[in-house]
Amino acid sequence: MTALATAAPALDLRTRFYEEIDPLLDAHPDVDVVLAVIGAGYMSRAIERHPGRVIDVGIREQALIGVAGGLALAGRRPVVHTFASFLVERPYEQVKLDLGHQDVGAVLVSAGASFDVSAGGRTHQAPADVALISALPGWTVHVPGHADEVAEILHREAAGTGRVYVRLSGQRNARPGPVDGRLHLVRDGAAGASSPLVVAVGPMLDTVLEATADLPVRVAWTATPHPLDAEGLRALAGPAPVLAVVEPYLEGTSAAAVAAALVDRPSRVLHVGVPGEVELRRYGTPPEHAAAHGLDAAGVRRRVTALLA
Amino acid sequence: MTTTSAPPAETATVPPSVRALVARVTGDEKHDPSAHSTLDVVWTLYDQVLRVDPRRPDDPDRDRFLLSKGHGPASTYAVLAAKGFFPEEWLDGVGTFDSPLGHHPDRTLVPGIEIGSGSLGHGMPIAVGLALGLRGRSPARVVVLVGDRELHEGSNAEAIQVAGRYGLGNLTCVVVDNHRAGEGWPGRIAARFDVEGWATADVDTRDQARLTAALRRTEPDRPTVVVVDTPQNLGNTPANEETA
Repeated sequence: MTALATAAPALDLRTRFYEEIDPLLDAHPDVDVVLAVIGAGYMSRAIERHPGRVIDVGIREQALIGVAGGLALAGRRPVVHTFASFLVERPYEQVKLDLGHQDVGAVLVSAGASFDVSAGGRTHQAPADVALISALPGWTVHVPGHADEVAEILHREAAGTGRVYVRLSGQRNARPGPVDGRLHLVRDGAAGASSPLVVAVGPMLDTVLEATADLPVRVAWTATPHPLDAEGLRALAGPAPVLAVVEPYLEGTSAAAVAAALVDRPSRVLHVGVPGEVELRRYGTPPEHAAAHGLDAAGVRRRVTALLA
Repeated sequence: MTTTSAPPAETATVPPSVRALVARVTGDEKHDPSAHSTLDVVWTLYDQVLRVDPRRPDDPDRDRFLLSKGHGPASTYAVLAAKGFFPEEWLDGVGTFDSPLGHHPDRTLVPGIEIGSGSLGHGMPIAVGLALGLRGRSPARVVVLVGDRELHEGSNAEAIQVAGRYGLGNLTCVVVDNHRAGEGWPGRIAARFDVEGWATADVDTRDQARLTAALRRTEPDRPTVVVVDTPQNLGNTPANEETA
């Protein structure tokens, strides 16, 4: 990560999140930030300027979510952060009960994504996080692909009351998109609504655009896969959809939502994501992991081409 | 330095009418250990300690009682009904489809129930968050009740540590010691809290005056634990899923 307090806002999503904590606490008096060590070293200015409002519970992730639930019950708006594996997977029952069952909200912001920590191995990788969160009632999932989107989502959701999961990734797009929860057409095709549609989620957009540059497909994008913009998908998909959904996490995570949206249409749908059946026991770089999972431009191109055949 | 937060003690003994309400929930006149082991504590809290008003169950400055040991909620239901949080008629048919009262309580269904509980080990971390959120903003106290076997859950250890490090003077944990933790707690339960800087008290549930005093006592800069020893003849029945 780059150093903070530089003139220009950070391009890295996670760094930008840390930069936004201080202005977030200024703008939203009811927000408290809850940490389990991770991130504390990057928000010293916020910690100094807002005593008591950045709560580091130590490496105690059950307490991380439980404390967030208690803060929400006290009328606070908790913004909770650590790696996805320790924010969603380790305290999953706390997410279910201490937030959902208590009927309170929180903004959970994860780092690490599916394989940002590729050299760290499986312990720090959480490709199933979005599927797990989506399985619980009342959650909204944002998967931003640009640092500006992170800031916009963060400030908007801090002002709300709902249960929100924000998934930060080391992968990003060159330009920000509109983070309004809708599905947006990014590139049209010569045949209009009869062209196959490729839906890119969050940071997969630039990869999908590269992969399909010379393919006869349209490309749409959303930063909010859950709840899926079913109305927008129906408007773009056409009467007999041929569709690919490219997600940077567990393959098929959005399959049920896509199927429900298109239930009354004869459709062929391909889901591209991190395969769930085999654990990739390799270290290396995130691009190497993307290639191994078929989530680089070449891999996405192979899958989409096969769908078109 | 200690502070008190309630009017002077009168009699805290559980009235027969409240015991009858517990029996109304449990459906028989026998002593149900899981229901009755907490009754003295819950009655004393609502009758002598907590600042709560059944007419204003959402008052932001109310004291909070969190039943972490969510099974055996009969005593809490009975006390809330006796204090007027909801009609006594609700105590009939607990656990049925149309009843707001279940075998584990749901805060969204019952006035006066502060958390939904049942899965062990969730109340303490929530109580720590509540205490952090209320500290400096409200005079409210947070009192969380756990069972001795519930303390097996590691989430409690996390919460005990966090509460100690943050010096949460507005937090009290009551451990009802039914002596059900099969392998026991070497060196006594309170030691787990003491080492993390909590103020500790060990009391016998039959000593009403000491129980009331212990539940009222708080310290400004550290949390308090009250370990309540329940009679062996209530606690040593065979363990089952309904007790902890």
